[in-house]
Amino acid sequence: MTLDDLAKATGRASDAVIADQGLDDAERAALLAGMRERLREMRDSIERGLASDAPSRTGMVGWNAKGLWQAEDLLGAPLLKRVQAYAMAVNEENARMGRIVAAPTAGSAGTVPGALLGVADHLGIDDDRLVAPLVLAAGIGEVISQTMFIAGSTGGCQAEIGSSAAMAAAAVTELLGGGADACVHAAAMALMNTIGLVCDPVGGYVEVPCVSRNAFFAVHAVSSAQLALAGLTSVIPPDEVIQAMASVGRMLPPELRETGEGGIADTPTGRRIALEMAR
Amino acid sequence: MSLLDVIGPVMVGPSSSHTAGACRLALLARAALARPPSEARFDLHGSFAKTARGHGTDLALVAGALGYAPDDPRIPDAFAHAEEAGLRTSFGTSDLGDVHPNSVRITLGAEEGTTTTLTGSSLGGGIVRAFELDGFRIEFGGGAPTLLIRHRDTLGVIARVARVIADDEINIATLHCARQRRGGEAMMSIEVDRALSAPAFAYLEHLPYVLWLRHLPEVMSATSDGAHIAAATARTDG
Ligand code: SF4
Repeated sequence: MTLDDLAKATGRASDAVIADQGLDDAERAALLAGMRERLREMRDSIERGLASDAPSRTGMVGWNAKGLWQAEDLLGAPLLKRVQAYAMAVNEENARMGRIVAAPTAGSAGTVPGALLGVADHLGIDDDRLVAPLVLAAGIGEVISQTMFIAGSTGGCQAEIGSSAAMAAAAVTELLGGGADACVHAAAMALMNTIGLVCDPVGGYVEVPCVSRNAFFAVHAVSSAQLALAGLTSVIPPDEVIQAMASVGRMLPPELRETGEGGIADTPTGRRIALEMAR
Repeated sequence: MSLLDVIGPVMVGPSSSHTAGACRLALLARAALARPPSEARFDLHGSFAKTARGHGTDLALVAGALGYAPDDPRIPDAFAHAEEAGLRTSFGTSDLGDVHPNSVRITLGAEEGTTTTLTGSSLGGGIVRAFELDGFRIEFGGGAPTLLIRHRDTLGVIARVARVIADDEINIATLHCARQRRGGEAMMSIEVDRALSAPAFAYLEHLPYVLWLRHLPEVMSATSDGAHIAAATARTDG
């Protein structure tokens, strides 16, 4: 399936994703049960993450989600705060070697639950209604993975966080009633505006910038959904956007692909932390 | 790749490729050894070599060698568990050539002298691919039950094996085969839609040109509460 095929679906995008899998009844039930289970695990990791301020393995992160969650909402933007806190809660659990759901990777695990569960809780939407959007998110990830490996080490962070943001944008769009076309364009706009993002974890640990990056790109996904729900579209066809991201991924030097040798990792402080950790 | 592999796996952090994927590759190596290892050597390549400790790759590899699934809460303490289990571990780095940056060569040895060397890559999101076993080029991903057959290179082996699998009413998803030299030893990896029946397995095992046969379980859905990881069947014969 291409994103173009998906955009042409007449019903819900998630139904088109399921139909495309060619499953029998038992397999379909297993898929939905599996997604429900993933949803429970996501909730569980958010709860643990919001409640904990235990430091990660390196001590670089661990208190961000809880700190934000308990801070005063000076912006008067509870949705923003919720989405950011949820996303970081998951990734701080991840950095503590806690149990999380990769979506599509562990480093980007906070984006989908941050955006989808954040929006749902903000609007008081029941978990039952989140299963279909989650299936759609997986479908978008699957389409992207047909063009490129979803891994920071091959495509940079755009491949991980970009994919997760695209998946989350489509999911939130469907949750709020957007049609297949709107979901696909939400994904494309999220992706287009993540192209070029490099993978540069300090010391090679999935902590800095990864934890805060999930907060930022969960919000990015929600803004993309907002644009798509208002009828905005990507001028560049969604499948071409994926191609563009893949080609940028190939241009990235190894230093910017998860080796911890470029970008924010290659700063005096980043290098010092890496050295301290190696001891 | 199934949708539950995209939103998933449920796993212990911090990295789906460097932690969950590494764990799965070691699980495959353990299944290929078909007995609990007493010795594990890991040679890391590329990004695996550079960021292994940061991503807990070392812990995940050892956990996989111990038979733990990617969501097992014991992963962070894998080294302590290895010591308890009498598993000696060592790590090195190695340039494995023009392969995916997240690649590792895993050598497992058991008390009585059996060893297995599996080389594979973690492709992202926890998806893995083994591409070499005991020096033979093979290919399988752990997403389906897999038969590994080491055999003498004689006429009709592949046809015979395929026939047995078909008679068991099982579809072959992938088949890879490589030999050392004409008439020498060869290895086949066959991913099948479901596990072979015991009689079919026994039949294959007793074919005169089959030297060694393994039935690896599917590892992509292995979880810490499931028992199927230990279920690898084994029998060797020189
Ligand atoms: S910076 Fe690298 S390790 Fe961190 S989330 Fe992005 S891709 Fe993953």
